[in-house]
Amino acid sequence: MDQSVRDLPTGTWPAGLTRVPYWVYRDPDVARDEQARVFEGKAWHFLCLEIDVPDIGDYRTTMMGAMPVVVARAEDGEIAAFENRCAHRGALICLDDGGKGKDFHCVYHAWRYDLRGNLKSIAFRHGVNGKGGMPDDFRMEAHGPRKLRVTVESGLVFGTLSHEAPAFEEYVGPEVMVRLRRVLHKKLEVIGRFTQPLPCNWKLYMENVRDTYHASLLHMFFTTFRITRLSHGGGVMVGANGVAHASTTLAPPKGPDDTYAGMRSDNQGFQLQDPSFMTSVAEFNDDINLQILSIFPGFILQQIHNALAVRQIVPRGVDKMDLNWTYFGFADDTPELRAMRLKQANLAGPAGFVSMEDGAVGGFVQRGIAAADRDTSVMEMGGADAETSETRATEASVRGFWKAWRAHMDL
Amino acid sequence: MMDPAVLFEISALNAACASVLDNDRLEQWPDFFQEQCLYKVTTADNFAKGYQAGIIYADTRAMLIDRVAALRTANIYERQRYRHILGMPLIETATDGSIAAETSFLVVRTMREGQMDVFVVGVYRDRLRRDATGAWRYAERIVVCDSQRFDTLVAIPL
Repeated sequence: MDQSVRDLPTGTWPAGLTRVPYWVYRDPDVARDEQARVFEGKAWHFLCLEIDVPDIGDYRTTMMGAMPVVVARAEDGEIAAFENRCAHRGALICLDDGGKGKDFHCVYHAWRYDLRGNLKSIAFRHGVNGKGGMPDDFRMEAHGPRKLRVTVESGLVFGTLSHEAPAFEEYVGPEVMVRLRRVLHKKLEVIGRFTQPLPCNWKLYMENVRDTYHASLLHMFFTTFRITRLSHGGGVMVGANGVAHASTTLAPPKGPDDTYAGMRSDNQGFQLQDPSFMTSVAEFNDDINLQILSIFPGFILQQIHNALAVRQIVPRGVDKMDLNWTYFGFADDTPELRAMRLKQANLAGPAGFVSMEDGAVGGFVQRGIAAADRDTSVMEMGGADAETSETRATEASVRGFWKAWRAHMDL
Repeated sequence: MMDPAVLFEISALNAACASVLDNDRLEQWPDFFQEQCLYKVTTADNFAKGYQAGIIYADTRAMLIDRVAALRTANIYERQRYRHILGMPLIETATDGSIAAETSFLVVRTMREGQMDVFVVGVYRDRLRRDATGAWRYAERIVVCDSQRFDTLVAIPL
């Protein structure tokens, strides 16, 4: 049932979830619609960590798609968030990554806001020497930046502009919530922040995150050192609405494994001179070595052995995005565990042994599809559905992403 | 007063280390480090806040050898090269005979298709000791990058 979707010159949406037309990664109208329907729509967006704003008056700035946002701990101890835009002339209210204060002053004309983003005072409101000033009927409470609904879950702060979005737990779904809480079970501590600008549409990166099929093929480091192979136990969970996913890899089985014999990614001759950094410290009371979890549209939680991180996707135009990495441990890490996190941080991030390719591969697609607006990708691995699966040799989770995207975009 | 000979030796070491990175002689790069060492790539912001993690982190020379081996045999990245431009080291001698040096650097990355960018600018915060042969080696090299942004990927070390 091909349906005509929009006034795009570039075609219709094919039936089912196994085809994605390439214009979705290239069309500026799609990017504009995404800002309205996804980033300012009924989705929940990762804003920051709860520990980024521990005390009253602490604030941090972040992004919700193209929209700048301030997150602050208000006087009553709750976390509030609002658009980082002065109600007067539109200037940024907060100029730094974070800080602490009693209130916020726009630098342009000194309009003042409280920690929840309520406009509290206007410079020279009554003019000077009885002249000038605002009209008498100007009501401050009718002006102010847009305010977000905020939820705090497992030390993460999420926000949405929508009053119709379901509660966060319902949005994510019960299966994946268990996976989220499995990792984020105690107080976090930031150990590093990095930003990785990528030369691709933001959706290509999120597809890559949810693509359990590629991991052991593109990333030879994974396969060679048996960090993850599709022949290891594990699987992929996809929420019913496609919004969230969690893929897991269990500890490797004993004995030889010939699944990848002859493939490029199986290089048995490659041995580590210093294997100490793969001697992980057990910390989650289970046999899951690796778990990658995502929440539509732009949040990722990573556990690769002891390397923990959250990643935030920020679109920067149709063919660029920023990936904001926050590496973390727990406040009560032993010195040994912390040392292992620092070593295993080599696996992920912009220079990661197993993830540097992810930074580049979206760009390879973006460049490859430059003349393919009338064509589609093919995603039939593991069938046509977007269901939870006991194998990772499937593209179910990527199809789930498109299920969620199309629901939000009304396509 | 700093011994000019030491300044010359450290400058020459920095130049030689940059040269192996810029000329695809990566296998020689770990030789510039002590066997027990710390090599870390981080940012000025992380450094100021005391955040410990780096995007590259090695506490042995063997880990540096492993990184080169991974780049040669495992990792996928487009053909590219760096050009390091180095400043003059600012040197302090410690009482134990080791040397602390701060050296500004600028790296221009040139991609396969010719695209050139100012890739990273920052400072090497080094601690150097002489090895058994008397040659200076990095006991610690913290690569403190001015920006937190690392475009696409960091394959070749800085």
